[in-house]
Amino acid sequence: MKKLLLGDEAIAQGAIDAGLSGVYAYPGTPSTEITEYIQGYCKKNPDQKIHNRWCTNEKTAMEAALGMSFAGKRALVCMKHVGMNVAADPFVNSSITGVNGGLIVLVADDPSMHSSQDEQDTRYYGKFALIPVLEPSSQQEAYDMMSYAYDLSESLKLPVLMRTVTRLAHSRAVVALKEKREQNALNPVSGVRDWVLLPAIAKRRYASLLERQPEIMRLSVESPFNSFKAQAKRFKMGAIACGNAYNYLSECYPEGIPFPVLKISQYPIPSETIRTMAEQCDSIMVIEDGQPFVEEQVAGILPTDCKIIGRLTGELPRQGELNPDIVKAALGLAPLPHPQVAKNVVARPPALCQGCGHRSVYEAINIVLKDYKDAKVFGDIGCYTLGALPPFQALDSTVDMGASITMAKGAADAGVFPAVAIIGDSTFTHSGMTGLLDAVNENSPITIIISDNLTTGMTGGQDSAGTNKFEAICRGIGVDPDHLKVVVPLPQNMEEITRTLREEIEYQGLSVIIPRRECIQTLARKAKAKAAQK
Amino acid sequence: MKTDIILAGVGGQGILSIATVIGQAALEEDLYIKQAEVHGMSQRGGDVQSNLRISDQPIASDLISLGQADIIIAMEPMEALRYKQYLSKDGWVITSSNPFVNIGNYPDQNAIIAELKELGNVILIDTDELGKENKMPKAVNMILLGAASKALKSISFDKLCQSVRTIFGAKGDAIVDMNIKALEIGRDCK
Repeated sequence: MKKLLLGDEAIAQGAIDAGLSGVYAYPGTPSTEITEYIQGYCKKNPDQKIHNRWCTNEKTAMEAALGMSFAGKRALVCMKHVGMNVAADPFVNSSITGVNGGLIVLVADDPSMHSSQDEQDTRYYGKFALIPVLEPSSQQEAYDMMSYAYDLSESLKLPVLMRTVTRLAHSRAVVALKEKREQNALNPVSGVRDWVLLPAIAKRRYASLLERQPEIMRLSVESPFNSFKAQAKRFKMGAIACGNAYNYLSECYPEGIPFPVLKISQYPIPSETIRTMAEQCDSIMVIEDGQPFVEEQVAGILPTDCKIIGRLTGELPRQGELNPDIVKAALGLAPLPHPQVAKNVVARPPALCQGCGHRSVYEAINIVLKDYKDAKVFGDIGCYTLGALPPFQALDSTVDMGASITMAKGAADAGVFPAVAIIGDSTFTHSGMTGLLDAVNENSPITIIISDNLTTGMTGGQDSAGTNKFEAICRGIGVDPDHLKVVVPLPQNMEEITRTLREEIEYQGLSVIIPRRECIQTLARKAKAKAAQK
Repeated sequence: MKTDIILAGVGGQGILSIATVIGQAALEEDLYIKQAEVHGMSQRGGDVQSNLRISDQPIASDLISLGQADIIIAMEPMEALRYKQYLSKDGWVITSSNPFVNIGNYPDQNAIIAELKELGNVILIDTDELGKENKMPKAVNMILLGAASKALKSISFDKLCQSVRTIFGAKGDAIVDMNIKALEIGRDCK
């Protein structure tokens, strides 16, 4: 059977067809559609028991997936690249425990930062944890890799990291599907203490991980997803192209690439193959989306008489995602004739929707803070980050999930007044609650706004883990009920909202204000679904 | 035969339904397809585009190169112009002439239209007027696709109609008929 699938959907279908028992994830562009596809599949096939509910953050997702693997079943954990920083503790240690049922850690990188705050390259995490990394170059390969990766994971008894990028995650192609494999039976780890990472056991487990490295390297050299054709004659240049970048290189030569090419879609980098290649080429161009992960290593492997060129030497740009035009220019090929750049075009940045509750929150913040010229507003990650742009321009910082509360606290510790934090409902449960406890324990003089739209808005309206629980959570953590206020962010309530904000700023202790109104996008979607039912 | 299409608009205008209709038709014709989309932050009222490539041969890149696009279909004129550099020598631009103004510094509309007309093969459609006249304000994207059908050489007009029937079938005959009529209205635009 053939299906037109996004890269993300091909990954999801591949996991389902490989006998998946559970997906664990927190939404994050460009990885969100993987879990959404599995949720849609489970709705249509209720007899298929696959866990698919969203998690509170990437760390809880990673740990739950590891627990499912411990029980002997195949698990998938998905996240965007910065989510890996949150999941890093269990991720790195999962290579020490090893796995029981197959475990794939799927991370979607975002070169060019289309929807992110950095372009960190997840392949470094794979090297750090000393496990195999896969990087598909097409939707079909993404699909095929899932069953391969589960088999690999179960044969090595290690998690497998799969890295994709925005361009593949969000591009559709026709994918040929295979027969569906049954799920593993329940078969928890028993009789060994490998998973109890006390130092004595961890030392033994780490030694075993190191012992398996030559085997992991051999699997890379022999991988069906890596390809290299050795040539008899010598060439001026060769190329190493990783994942998606291989497509751009192929696009430049419709008649076939006229020099040796090593395509890498499985890591660690196959060093023997690269040494062979260097014997045949005067120079090697390394073409990879993301950071110069391969380029740095290759420069270390090869003798100096083979010149390595790429992002580090400037032939390819150090920053941003690749495209066929960039690769063409690096190869010294002329572009097709094309029109001049347009004159009458300006940027059209995204904005908060008309009618969105966050708008009333920012309007209130700007009205009140006009009277406090030293005020600083610490923002967070979500739709409301757009409050940094015109017309509001209300934010002084946005760093990572949850940083609004903790940075406001640190700034208040240093003497900033007023220090205001603004965080969304889903971001608060993701990583804001622990910071709130720090602030409560010192009764820090900060005002925290949890702008609750009852959903995870920016990624398209997924369920939010704390919906209907925020007052209880805040009280449970120890927020003074007299300084825990709820308002409805509508223009007609502006007087009440600004008065509340002013009072809580003036209070010399910790306050939480919860403006609560449903996201207009999810509201409209529900209304449409209801109308369709009638 | 290969056809490279850039679909352009503003987040929420519905460019992806155009891609879905072409994609479904291409799938039924057993053609190769690559369709890169924009998801995420830009969908909140920012500029969005989709690179749609269909061919009877395997396609390497998900992205279209400069000077390679056979067709640009745009929901509004400045977004059509944004991808001007990607247009091939004999390429076509099919765009609504009605601007979507959600920014303060939107350029002079006459200057945009004049620059578009310099490109040669351009079909500008007053979709607001046509939509109102034919009582189909929500089928603007299908009017534009109908107008693009002449340049869309690898897929016949009948196949596009068939694809509309497949995709909108579940929503009832009235919706199917309206979208097919929109395709026909577009096809007859000059």
